Amino acid sequence: MPVIDLANPSRFLALTDRILPWLAGAAAFAFALGITQAYIAPDDYQQGATAKIMFIHVPAAWLGTFCWVLMSAAALGTLVWRHPLADVAAKAAAPIGAAFTLMCLVTGMLWGRPMWGTYWVWDARLTSVLVLFLMYLGVIALWRTIEEPSRAARVVAVLTLVGAINIPIIKFSVDWWNTLHQPAAVLRLSGSSIHPAILVPLLISIAAFTLLFLTLHLAAMRNEIMRRRVRTMLMMQADARA
Amino acid sequence: MNLGPHAAFIVTAYAAAIGIVAGLIIWVVLDRRHLRRMLDELDAQGISRRPGRTSEERP
Repeated sequence: MPVIDLANPSRFLALTDRILPWLAGAAAFAFALGITQAYIAPDDYQQGATAKIMFIHVPAAWLGTFCWVLMSAAALGTLVWRHPLADVAAKAAAPIGAAFTLMCLVTGMLWGRPMWGTYWVWDARLTSVLVLFLMYLGVIALWRTIEEPSRAARVVAVLTLVGAINIPIIKFSVDWWNTLHQPAAVLRLSGSSIHPAILVPLLISIAAFTLLFLTLHLAAMRNEIMRRRVRTMLMMQADARA
Repeated sequence: MNLGPHAAFIVTAYAAAIGIVAGLIIWVVLDRRHLRRMLDELDAQGISRRPGRTSEERP
Protein backbone atom coordinates (compact mmCIF):
# COMPACT_ATOMS: atom_id res chain seq x y z
CA MET A 1 0.00 0.00 0.00
CA PRO A 2 1.49 3.41 -0.93
CA VAL A 3 2.25 5.57 2.11
CA ILE A 4 0.03 8.37 0.78
CA ASP A 5 -2.98 6.02 1.04
CA LEU A 6 -2.58 6.04 4.83
CA ALA A 7 -3.54 9.70 4.72
CA ASN A 8 -7.05 8.66 3.69
CA PRO A 9 -9.12 8.67 6.94
CA SER A 10 -11.05 5.48 6.05
CA ARG A 11 -7.87 3.57 5.25
CA PHE A 12 -6.29 5.00 8.39
CA LEU A 13 -9.19 3.67 10.49
CA ALA A 14 -8.95 0.23 8.87
CA LEU A 15 -5.19 0.11 9.45
CA THR A 16 -5.37 1.25 13.08
CA ASP A 17 -8.06 -1.38 13.71
CA ARG A 18 -5.39 -3.99 12.99
CA ILE A 19 -2.40 -2.20 14.56
CA LEU A 20 -3.86 -0.94 17.87
CA PRO A 21 -4.26 -4.31 19.67
CA TRP A 22 -0.65 -5.24 18.85
CA LEU A 23 0.63 -1.82 19.88
CA ALA A 24 -1.30 -1.95 23.17
CA GLY A 25 0.03 -5.47 23.81
CA ALA A 26 3.60 -4.36 23.10
CA ALA A 27 3.16 -1.40 25.48
CA ALA A 28 1.81 -3.69 28.24
CA PHE A 29 4.72 -6.12 27.75
CA ALA A 30 7.27 -3.28 27.79
CA PHE A 31 5.71 -1.87 30.98
CA ALA A 32 5.84 -5.27 32.69
CA LEU A 33 9.51 -5.57 31.74
CA GLY A 34 10.28 -1.94 32.66
CA ILE A 35 8.60 -2.17 36.08
CA THR A 36 10.46 -5.40 36.87
CA GLN A 37 13.77 -3.88 35.81
CA ALA A 38 13.10 -0.66 37.74
CA TYR A 39 12.27 -2.73 40.84
CA ILE A 40 15.55 -4.65 40.75
CA ALA A 41 17.68 -1.68 39.64
CA PRO A 42 20.22 -0.65 42.31
CA ASP A 43 19.76 2.54 44.30
CA ASP A 44 21.80 5.57 43.29
CA TYR A 45 24.93 5.97 45.43
CA GLN A 46 23.97 9.56 46.32
CA GLN A 47 20.19 9.77 45.96
CA GLY A 48 19.31 6.29 47.21
CA ALA A 49 15.92 4.89 46.18
CA THR A 50 14.67 8.39 45.29
CA ALA A 51 16.39 7.97 41.91
CA LYS A 52 13.64 5.44 41.03
CA ILE A 53 11.43 8.47 40.29
CA MET A 54 13.69 8.87 37.23
CA PHE A 55 12.00 5.84 35.60
CA ILE A 56 8.76 7.82 35.25
CA HIS A 57 10.05 11.41 35.25
CA VAL A 58 12.44 11.07 32.29
CA PRO A 59 9.97 9.25 29.96
CA ALA A 60 7.28 11.83 30.84
CA ALA A 61 9.69 14.69 30.03
CA TRP A 62 10.68 12.99 26.75
CA LEU A 63 7.06 12.52 25.68
CA GLY A 64 6.02 16.03 26.73
CA THR A 65 8.58 17.53 24.35
CA PHE A 66 8.30 14.81 21.65
CA CYS A 67 4.56 15.38 21.46
CA TRP A 68 5.07 19.09 20.71
CA VAL A 69 7.58 18.17 17.97
CA LEU A 70 4.98 15.76 16.54
CA MET A 71 2.34 18.54 16.68
CA SER A 72 4.78 20.88 14.90
CA ALA A 73 5.25 18.34 12.09
CA ALA A 74 1.47 18.00 11.87
CA ALA A 75 1.19 21.81 11.81
CA LEU A 76 3.40 21.85 8.71
CA GLY A 77 1.08 19.23 7.19
CA THR A 78 -1.87 21.50 7.92
CA LEU A 79 -0.33 24.73 6.61
CA VAL A 80 1.60 23.36 3.62
CA TRP A 81 -0.55 20.45 2.38
CA ARG A 82 -3.82 21.35 4.17
CA HIS A 83 -4.37 17.71 4.93
CA PRO A 84 -7.24 16.95 7.35
CA LEU A 85 -5.42 13.96 8.86
CA ALA A 86 -2.62 16.33 9.93
CA ASP A 87 -5.27 18.41 11.76
CA VAL A 88 -6.60 15.25 13.37
CA ALA A 89 -3.09 14.18 14.48
CA ALA A 90 -2.37 17.59 16.02
CA LYS A 91 -5.71 17.84 17.84
CA ALA A 92 -5.52 14.29 19.21
CA ALA A 93 -1.94 14.78 20.45
CA ALA A 94 -2.50 17.95 22.51
CA PRO A 95 -4.29 16.48 25.58
CA ILE A 96 -1.87 13.54 25.67
CA GLY A 97 1.13 15.86 25.51
CA ALA A 98 -0.38 18.02 28.26
CA ALA A 99 -0.90 14.95 30.46
CA PHE A 100 2.70 13.76 30.08
CA THR A 101 4.04 17.28 30.69
CA LEU A 102 1.93 17.45 33.85
CA MET A 103 3.35 14.07 34.87
CA CYS A 104 6.86 15.43 34.29
CA LEU A 105 6.17 18.50 36.45
CA VAL A 106 4.52 16.57 39.30
CA THR A 107 7.14 13.79 39.47
CA GLY A 108 9.92 16.38 39.13
CA MET A 109 8.55 18.34 42.10
CA LEU A 110 8.28 15.17 44.16
CA TRP A 111 11.87 14.30 43.25
CA GLY A 112 13.10 17.84 43.88
CA ARG A 113 11.74 18.22 47.41
CA PRO A 114 13.93 15.53 49.04
CA MET A 115 16.96 16.22 46.79
CA TRP A 116 16.96 20.03 46.51
CA GLY A 117 14.98 20.90 49.64
CA THR A 118 12.22 22.57 47.60
CA TYR A 119 9.37 21.54 45.32
CA TRP A 120 9.91 24.40 42.90
CA VAL A 121 12.42 27.02 41.78
CA TRP A 122 11.93 29.49 38.95
CA ASP A 123 14.99 28.30 37.06
CA ALA A 124 15.26 27.91 33.30
CA ARG A 125 14.46 24.17 32.96
CA LEU A 126 11.49 24.10 35.32
CA THR A 127 10.04 27.35 34.04
CA SER A 128 10.40 26.38 30.35
CA VAL A 129 8.61 23.06 31.01
CA LEU A 130 5.84 24.93 32.87
CA VAL A 131 5.56 27.23 29.82
CA LEU A 132 5.24 24.10 27.64
CA PHE A 133 2.38 22.85 29.83
CA LEU A 134 0.62 26.23 29.62
CA MET A 135 1.07 26.22 25.83
CA TYR A 136 -0.61 22.80 25.67
CA LEU A 137 -3.55 24.20 27.64
CA GLY A 138 -3.67 27.18 25.27
CA VAL A 139 -3.74 24.90 22.22
CA ILE A 140 -6.51 22.73 23.73
CA ALA A 141 -8.52 25.87 24.55
CA LEU A 142 -8.04 27.19 21.01
CA TRP A 143 -9.27 23.92 19.46
CA ARG A 144 -12.40 24.20 21.59
CA THR A 145 -12.93 27.91 20.91
CA ILE A 146 -13.09 27.76 17.09
CA GLU A 147 -15.93 25.51 15.94
CA GLU A 148 -14.94 25.03 12.28
CA PRO A 149 -12.21 22.32 12.42
CA SER A 150 -10.18 23.40 9.36
CA ARG A 151 -10.09 27.03 10.51
CA ALA A 152 -9.16 26.00 14.05
CA ALA A 153 -6.41 23.77 12.62
CA ARG A 154 -4.75 26.67 10.76
CA VAL A 155 -4.81 28.98 13.80
CA VAL A 156 -3.53 26.22 16.09
CA ALA A 157 -0.83 25.28 13.56
CA VAL A 158 0.61 28.80 13.63
CA LEU A 159 0.57 28.85 17.45
CA THR A 160 2.20 25.40 17.54
CA LEU A 161 5.04 26.41 15.22
CA VAL A 162 5.65 29.61 17.21
CA GLY A 163 5.65 27.56 20.43
CA ALA A 164 8.20 25.13 18.97
CA ILE A 165 10.89 27.68 19.82
CA ASN A 166 10.45 26.50 23.43
CA ILE A 167 11.64 22.96 22.64
CA PRO A 168 15.36 23.78 22.13
CA ILE A 169 15.10 26.17 25.08
CA ILE A 170 13.94 23.26 27.27
CA LYS A 171 16.65 20.95 25.93
CA PHE A 172 19.57 23.37 26.28
CA SER A 173 18.35 25.38 29.31
CA VAL A 174 20.59 23.33 31.61
CA ASP A 175 23.63 24.22 29.45
CA TRP A 176 22.83 27.88 28.79
CA TRP A 177 21.91 28.90 32.34
CA ASN A 178 22.79 27.92 35.89
CA THR A 179 19.98 25.73 37.15
CA LEU A 180 19.27 23.39 40.04
CA HIS A 181 18.30 20.77 37.46
CA GLN A 182 21.07 18.37 36.52
CA PRO A 183 22.55 18.57 32.98
CA ALA A 184 21.69 16.05 30.26
CA ALA A 185 22.68 12.51 31.26
CA VAL A 186 21.14 10.26 28.56
CA LEU A 187 21.33 12.14 25.24
CA ARG A 188 24.89 13.49 25.16
CA LEU A 189 27.43 13.63 22.37
CA SER A 190 29.96 11.95 24.66
CA GLY A 191 27.53 9.14 25.55
CA SER A 192 25.32 8.52 28.56
CA SER A 193 26.78 9.26 31.99
CA ILE A 194 24.40 6.80 33.69
CA HIS A 195 25.62 3.35 34.79
CA PRO A 196 24.17 0.53 32.64
CA ALA A 197 22.51 -1.01 35.72
CA ILE A 198 20.22 2.05 35.82
CA LEU A 199 20.39 3.10 32.15
CA VAL A 200 18.93 -0.18 30.78
CA PRO A 201 15.77 -0.05 32.95
CA LEU A 202 15.44 3.63 32.08
CA LEU A 203 15.60 2.95 28.32
CA ILE A 204 13.04 0.13 28.68
CA SER A 205 10.78 2.50 30.60
CA ILE A 206 11.18 5.16 27.89
CA ALA A 207 10.28 2.56 25.24
CA ALA A 208 7.21 1.44 27.24
CA PHE A 209 5.94 5.00 27.69
CA THR A 210 6.57 5.74 23.99
CA LEU A 211 4.55 2.66 22.94
CA LEU A 212 1.78 3.79 25.30
CA PHE A 213 1.88 7.26 23.77
CA LEU A 214 1.62 5.87 20.23
CA THR A 215 -1.30 3.62 21.27
CA LEU A 216 -3.16 6.51 22.91
CA HIS A 217 -2.43 8.87 20.05
CA LEU A 218 -3.70 6.50 17.36
CA ALA A 219 -6.80 5.74 19.47
CA ALA A 220 -7.43 9.46 20.02
CA MET A 221 -6.97 10.10 16.28
CA ARG A 222 -9.63 7.46 15.57
CA ASN A 223 -11.94 9.21 18.01
CA GLU A 224 -11.33 12.57 16.37
CA ILE A 225 -12.18 11.16 12.92
CA MET A 226 -15.41 9.73 14.39
CA ARG A 227 -16.15 13.10 16.05
CA ARG A 228 -15.85 14.83 12.68
CA ARG A 229 -18.17 12.27 11.09
CA VAL A 230 -20.71 12.89 13.87
CA ARG A 231 -20.39 16.63 13.28
CA THR A 232 -20.95 16.23 9.53
CA MET A 233 -23.98 14.00 10.08
CA LEU A 234 -25.47 16.40 12.65
CA MET A 235 -25.04 19.25 10.16
CA MET A 236 -26.74 17.16 7.46
CA GLN A 237 -29.56 16.40 9.89
CA ALA A 238 -29.95 20.11 10.68
CA ASP A 239 -29.95 20.95 6.95
CA ALA A 240 -32.61 18.32 6.28
CA ARG A 241 -34.82 19.77 9.00
CA ALA A 242 -34.34 23.37 7.83
CA MET B 1 11.76 -3.35 49.26
CA ASN B 2 13.25 -0.57 51.33
CA LEU B 3 12.60 2.83 49.75
CA GLY B 4 14.51 4.72 52.41
CA PRO B 5 13.59 7.94 54.20
CA HIS B 6 11.90 9.47 51.13
CA ALA B 7 9.51 6.59 50.45
CA ALA B 8 6.44 8.87 50.62
CA PHE B 9 7.78 11.00 47.73
CA ILE B 10 8.56 7.93 45.60
CA VAL B 11 5.18 6.30 46.22
CA THR B 12 3.31 9.57 45.58
CA ALA B 13 5.21 10.12 42.31
CA TYR B 14 4.35 6.62 41.05
CA ALA B 15 0.73 7.01 42.20
CA ALA B 16 0.46 10.30 40.31
CA ALA B 17 1.91 8.70 37.17
CA ILE B 18 -0.51 5.76 37.40
CA GLY B 19 -3.42 8.17 37.94
CA ILE B 20 -2.51 10.29 34.91
CA VAL B 21 -2.03 7.25 32.63
CA ALA B 22 -5.30 5.70 33.87
CA GLY B 23 -7.06 9.00 33.25
CA LEU B 24 -5.79 9.12 29.67
CA ILE B 25 -6.88 5.53 28.96
CA ILE B 26 -10.34 6.08 30.49
CA TRP B 27 -10.76 9.33 28.52
CA VAL B 28 -9.94 7.63 25.20
CA VAL B 29 -12.19 4.61 25.88
CA LEU B 30 -15.20 6.63 27.11
CA ASP B 31 -14.85 9.12 24.25
CA ARG B 32 -14.88 6.26 21.74
CA ARG B 33 -17.96 4.66 23.31
CA HIS B 34 -19.81 8.01 23.31
CA LEU B 35 -18.95 8.73 19.65
CA ARG B 36 -19.76 5.16 18.55
CA ARG B 37 -23.18 5.48 20.22
CA MET B 38 -23.83 8.83 18.52
CA LEU B 39 -22.84 7.43 15.11
CA ASP B 40 -25.13 4.44 15.60
CA GLU B 41 -28.03 6.68 16.66
CA LEU B 42 -27.58 8.94 13.64
CA ASP B 43 -27.29 5.91 11.39
CA ALA B 44 -30.49 4.48 12.86
CA GLN B 45 -32.21 7.75 11.96
CA GLY B 46 -31.21 7.15 8.34
CA ILE B 47 -28.59 9.91 8.26
CA SER B 48 -25.50 8.95 6.30
CA ARG B 49 -22.55 10.98 5.09
CA ARG B 50 -22.71 9.01 1.87
CA PRO B 51 -26.07 7.85 0.53
CA GLY B 52 -26.43 4.08 0.50
CA ARG B 53 -23.81 3.37 3.19
CA THR B 54 -24.71 1.99 6.59
CA SER B 55 -22.68 1.78 9.79
CA GLU B 56 -21.72 -1.80 8.92
CA GLU B 57 -20.05 -0.60 5.74
CA ARG B 58 -18.43 2.34 7.47
CA PRO B 59 -14.97 1.60 8.83
